[in-house]
Amino acid sequence: MFGIPLSAVSLPFFGSSAKAEALTPTVLSYEQVQELGRELDELRARTVAKLGDTDREYIYNIVKTQRGFEIAGRAMMYLPFLPPVWLAGVGALGVSKILDNMEIGHNVMHGQYDWMREPGFNSEVFEWDTVCPADQWKHSHNYMHHTFTNIVGKDRDIGYGILRMDEGQKWNPYYLGNPVYAFLLMTFFEWGVMLHDLESENIIQGKRKWHDVKPLLQGMWRKAGRQVLKDYVIFPALSGPFFVTTLVGNVGANLIRNLWTYSIIFCGHFPTGVQTFTEEETADESRGEWYVRQMLGSANIEGSPLFHIMSGNLSHQIEHHLFPDLPAHRYPELAPEVKVLCDKYGLPYNSGGFFKQIGSVWGKIFKLALPNSLTGSEPTVGVIVERKKVAA
Amino acid sequence: MTVQQKTRRPSSRSKFSLLSLFEAMATPHALDRYLELVDPMTTVRDLRGEVTAVHRSTADTVTLTIRPTHQWQGFEAGQFVQVGVVIDGVRHTRCYSPACSQYRDDGRIELTIKAHPEGLVSQYLHGNAYVGLVVSLSQADGTFHLPSPRPDRVLLISGGSGITPVLSMLRTLLDEGYSGALTFLHYAYTENDVSYRAELDAIAAENDNVRIVLAYTDQESGGDLHGFFGTEHLDAVAPWYSDAETYLCGPPGLMRGVKSVYADLGLSENLHLEEFAAPVAVVAEDAAGDVTFSDSDVVASNSGRTLLEQAEDAGLTPAYGCRMGICFTCTSVKTSGCTTNVKTGEKDSEPHKKIQLCVTVPVGDVSIEI
Repeated sequence: MFGIPLSAVSLPFFGSSAKAEALTPTVLSYEQVQELGRELDELRARTVAKLGDTDREYIYNIVKTQRGFEIAGRAMMYLPFLPPVWLAGVGALGVSKILDNMEIGHNVMHGQYDWMREPGFNSEVFEWDTVCPADQWKHSHNYMHHTFTNIVGKDRDIGYGILRMDEGQKWNPYYLGNPVYAFLLMTFFEWGVMLHDLESENIIQGKRKWHDVKPLLQGMWRKAGRQVLKDYVIFPALSGPFFVTTLVGNVGANLIRNLWTYSIIFCGHFPTGVQTFTEEETADESRGEWYVRQMLGSANIEGSPLFHIMSGNLSHQIEHHLFPDLPAHRYPELAPEVKVLCDKYGLPYNSGGFFKQIGSVWGKIFKLALPNSLTGSEPTVGVIVERKKVAA
Repeated sequence: MTVQQKTRRPSSRSKFSLLSLFEAMATPHALDRYLELVDPMTTVRDLRGEVTAVHRSTADTVTLTIRPTHQWQGFEAGQFVQVGVVIDGVRHTRCYSPACSQYRDDGRIELTIKAHPEGLVSQYLHGNAYVGLVVSLSQADGTFHLPSPRPDRVLLISGGSGITPVLSMLRTLLDEGYSGALTFLHYAYTENDVSYRAELDAIAAENDNVRIVLAYTDQESGGDLHGFFGTEHLDAVAPWYSDAETYLCGPPGLMRGVKSVYADLGLSENLHLEEFAAPVAVVAEDAAGDVTFSDSDVVASNSGRTLLEQAEDAGLTPAYGCRMGICFTCTSVKTSGCTTNVKTGEKDSEPHKKIQLCVTVPVGDVSIEI
């Protein structure tokens, strides 16, 4: 989304063709992009060389903390006659699920800890405490989203097949319900994540056949069944006379996790200033161009170290998209170096506090419920990337 | 095997259902992922071992006694186990053969490990193993073991650290009260390089039917024989060798020597051996050698392209996603050989390592589980 319409630029470039405004875009030459790619590769190599005992201890400590919250939370829910204790229990279980899904599950399943060669932290076999089966999530997220980040029509995380999150998505009256769909997605986020890989809108349109989705549905049934049995049958039943309060508490813990993970994840790619791309612009990308797209298509959230841990370090979404398989707790130390590179090449480094970022996300959700003609396009300074070596 | 048989108690059924309840409560994580945070030796499914004794018998060997967790099913003399230790955050796994009798009373296993100059794990264990160290273990595996019933005559040949599986055979036969002819021929550089010398002397003194022969390759006096293996050694220590079953484990030179002598004598069928893969030398960039896709029984000559492309060129269809090293869909196990990661330029020659096919090219001979 930047100031110059496609037709006005002779060089192939990145960025979606939004309405023209007189803003000067950054232009990156072919050589600059290659150089940037090299510098990021070096940054990555320097970090990989450091991996060792400290990273192992870090993730084990997070797991210990998460298990502690889980056990404490479930135990405190046995005391519903002490409402503050019960409420603390619900909160603790919610924290446990957030840690499990974000700093542990999401990151382990990116292969961030595969180098430890520890069966419990291997991306191939890890499962997380949510209804979405790990293998399906790894397809929709690690492959579809991280490979095709912010390419309209390919990255299914743009709107999750339900929402209109980019002006490049054609408006139709269905999108009047955009805020309602977003609210429902937030509330039932784990179920939305589970259904994501089904590509339900493609099933409705007849592009996906029964034999494509049958194994997915079987996997969901198996995984979700076990999760439901645990949270909504076994633990409530074990609390005997407190069946209902434990059930309600577990629903509450899952809801806390849903609201939080939705909010963090939506701040990753949808705040104002994040760019989207077309398939044509991104065909046959070089590694440097891929890096540039990841940086322009992601946004960070500023916060305390605790905030970063609770967001699975997805608050460092830019660093995560550059280096999805580096241990996430290294992102805070990488961030200043990435920012220096952004400054050096004149690239935006989209970052802001949580309320600023989530506010702009909800603003977009409401705005894009309406057609572009009613709301107008937002002018953004964009980045033009020379895709070909220009003969001198 | 008398060692590891567990008797099922009447309550095993109720224990089982209680276990499945706990597993349902821990889902989606394994119960061991909780228990290991409290005590790594309390496991439901995972097999582990605790080092209960550390003994450094020669300058470069260490003998560990390991108490396995209850899942251990025992071993047959000659087999190996995989032992995993964490070094700088990474769990490294290597195969070692127990040196003790398979009937050892306390159910523990004894490993003698030689610290190879290039051996990361053996160096680590030699320098750092301590009583209380918990290692990961696999069940015993391998086809190198004695047949049942036992042969009438047995010749055991070992060299260097290859002593462990054949010493296990020797101790196991003695525990069984074996009465046939038995010769144990061991090669070492000098007498100072022989692990278990005192034990071997004691065995020779106590058993009339057992002959212990120590051969030194770098020492001209002392011991029983000198120089390298040849028919004259065979004639001297086990003149009945053509009617015997021979079990051999040792360094590549000894293995080659014994194999060729047995082939010349037409006795190859009587020779049983354990081959430990030699460490792979990292060779130059150029594409050479063969890529073996072991699950599909396909061998192709290395074209220098990525393993994913080479597998596809060979008509295979491994799973893949991004084809650029992000999504880990194509991760597979490289069983042996050296590879280069095209993203990082890093070379890797560790066996049994998971690699991403789409960003890895083979250097020389590589075997991969596809």
